[in-house]
Amino acid sequence: MRSEFGAASAARPQLTLRGSYGLFIGGSFVSGSSVFKTISPSTEEVLAEVTHGTTEDVDRAVAAARQAYERVWSVMPGRERARYLLRIARLLRDRAPELAVLESLDSGKPIRQTRAVDLPLAIAHFFYHAGWADKLAYAGFGSAAGGPARPLGVVGQVIGWSSPLLMLAWKIAPALACGNTVVLKPAESTPLTALAFAEICADAGLPPGVVNIVTGDGVAGQLVAGHPGIDKVAFTGSPEVGKEIAKSAALWGKRLTLELGGTAANIVCADADIDAAARGIVEGVFVRQGHACCSSSRVFVQEAVLDGLTAAIRLRMSLLRSGDPLDESTDIGAVNSASQLDKISELAGSAEAEGSVRWSAPYTPPDRGFWFPPTMFSGVGEEQRIAREELSWPVLTVSSFTTPEEAVERTNGTRYGLSAGVWTRQGALSAWLAARLRAGVVWANSFGRLDPAVPFGGYQESGLGREGGRHGLEAYLDIPGLGAADVY
Amino acid sequence: MGPGVVPRESTVGPGVVPRESTVGPGIVPRDDTAPPRVPSRIRATPRTTHRLFIGGAFPRAASGRTFDVHGADGAFLARAALAAGRDARDAVVAARGAFPVWSGMSGYDRGQALYQVAEVMEEHRAQFAGQLRRATGGSSDAAYAEVDAAVDRWTWYAGWSDKITQVRGTVNPVAGPFGTVSLPDPVGVTAVLAPQDSALLALVSVLAPAIVSGNTAVLVASERHPLLAVALAEAFAAADLPAGVVNVLTGEVAEIAPWLAAHQDVNAIDLAGAPGALADDLAVAAAGTLKRVVRFPAPDWTAEPGLERMFATLETKTIWHPLGT
Repeated sequence: MRSEFGAASAARPQLTLRGSYGLFIGGSFVSGSSVFKTISPSTEEVLAEVTHGTTEDVDRAVAAARQAYERVWSVMPGRERARYLLRIARLLRDRAPELAVLESLDSGKPIRQTRAVDLPLAIAHFFYHAGWADKLAYAGFGSAAGGPARPLGVVGQVIGWSSPLLMLAWKIAPALACGNTVVLKPAESTPLTALAFAEICADAGLPPGVVNIVTGDGVAGQLVAGHPGIDKVAFTGSPEVGKEIAKSAALWGKRLTLELGGTAANIVCADADIDAAARGIVEGVFVRQGHACCSSSRVFVQEAVLDGLTAAIRLRMSLLRSGDPLDESTDIGAVNSASQLDKISELAGSAEAEGSVRWSAPYTPPDRGFWFPPTMFSGVGEEQRIAREELSWPVLTVSSFTTPEEAVERTNGTRYGLSAGVWTRQGALSAWLAARLRAGVVWANSFGRLDPAVPFGGYQESGLGREGGRHGLEAYLDIPGLGAADVY
Repeated sequence: MGPGVVPRESTVGPGVVPRESTVGPGIVPRDDTAPPRVPSRIRATPRTTHRLFIGGAFPRAASGRTFDVHGADGAFLARAALAAGRDARDAVVAARGAFPVWSGMSGYDRGQALYQVAEVMEEHRAQFAGQLRRATGGSSDAAYAEVDAAVDRWTWYAGWSDKITQVRGTVNPVAGPFGTVSLPDPVGVTAVLAPQDSALLALVSVLAPAIVSGNTAVLVASERHPLLAVALAEAFAAADLPAGVVNVLTGEVAEIAPWLAAHQDVNAIDLAGAPGALADDLAVAAAGTLKRVVRFPAPDWTAEPGLERMFATLETKTIWHPLGT
């Protein structure tokens, strides 16, 4: 990994950051009782003060969302809702350069990613869902009772830190398109683009209370996810917390969707284009830095090409640049927070202790900030923690397989099932593998691609329900005949 | 017999009047004035003990326990096996074993298998109606109507097997040189708790949608009306439904269901047969492994069902592949 180039002198767009942010409730920013600081993980400088949402604040936000739902948003025709969503999409597009910088500063993601991937996708989610707002009757959800699908009501949404603005778009765009109002809690370490989004909502003239942003820590997240006044919970985060939310939702009779993560798998067959596979895996895992959840990956390589692929991957990894996220030549940004870095370091240590071989390209980390180099572990057995536990930082574990059947069995042998990549030149084998892999998303001869028109989500403990596409709308609709179902 | 003699109550069954003996009990003196009476064939009510249905076979409960099943009028009907945790575990193993076969079949072939079950049910229409009537009371017409509705319902679902993909799947237009499809995929092993009140129609209405897409099932029969589930199991066997696709446990829901709700190898659970408080507990237990919990308010079972129950036990898998030379 190279860092001998000096920091690029690219012009930084003007970024307007307030010193202190309140909570966005009922259409305006309101101050709270206590604040905390959000920092840049690459320099540890303080970016702004942000408010802790308390029980009273969450109550107020839910009440504002309920009022907006009943009086304004649920009675508004779909085509009117579409207008607001289009306005939001256009404002996001206009401010994209600034938001890309803000996202990079707050989350540690490289500016090249936020500019080329996160912002365009977030904007696309709003454009895509704006178009659905007045077409829900044609979305094709069968029902014996007939009649148009209705919104659910007030939705509580809690998101993670890996792609803050994009995750916000995944949550808010379909919720609003389907006629729901929202209380969203961004991650504690990455609140700023959510607050910038709140400003966009105000500038778009969105009716007060339709979107509410409550910042804070895990406790605030629990308050939002568990609030008795909401009709549905959408949560992106760790499997442990996801299960607690599932239990609470079951008892309260709330609808639920979960995006919980899990390690991706990449299966590389002997006949694959090895260079394309190395490129696709390194780019998809390290550079795209996983959107919500599928950052790290187990790589299963057919024996005959194990050495060739390992060498190709190491070559590409050694070309990755780690450094200032705002530098446009940076490929790998900072780790999101100190606590994340501790988790990654601990799990990486366990991998070595359990017998795998650790490799990273040599590099010198900067003095400040939270950094972990792109790392690969080889000779990884299924029983090792690094193969079984979810790791929210890009890491590759490499092991070999003999037959495709074996690869499928080992890939499917965990409690997770979010995503997989399949590398082979044979169409029939590619289709066979895709059909057998128990994963919500399978990328054939590619990895890490996203689009708002495409449903995304996991099997088993990687999550519940899908986000995006026609399927993703279902999570935000009350379809006649379904009643108060617990099914997503 | 002369006047003043009270005939002894027959111990050998109706229609047989023992001749009073003057020489002692059990000895019937010859009477040359009347033709000899031949005792008619003894018809005793069989006290059948039904078994569980696991992996295509009919084993007893592992504990050997049974329970008495009574009809609507309180009359004893039969004994049924009293399943418990061990049997639930065995059933899950059988269901898991059958999943690759059942989900690996084409939709058309699954439909054929399910149609065959419907045909067997139709052949045994009178038997089902009789059992239903004894179990839940009501008129013969009502029983036949329910059996017909159940067969029709099963047939309706069988026809979905090769159509779900078209209705539930999508081709997704993406902003790049990729082809993308999203397809329904069965979740795996589903636990189905049959509704308590309706003996047959509701049972069919929760079981068929679970398996038509390729899931395999562990069915917990209604506590009060388990015999129809057993009869259905016999129909599955007679129709050569692949072993393990449906497994039937009879017994107490509160005893069996928690094992299934917490089982790591069960992927979904339909709580239709669990009363409110138990359903809450089961949903909480299921959350521990993020099972897909199917919990709809009880519908009018005679109305045409929607697609919700079928969709509830389906995952969606999205596949991307690049386009280009």
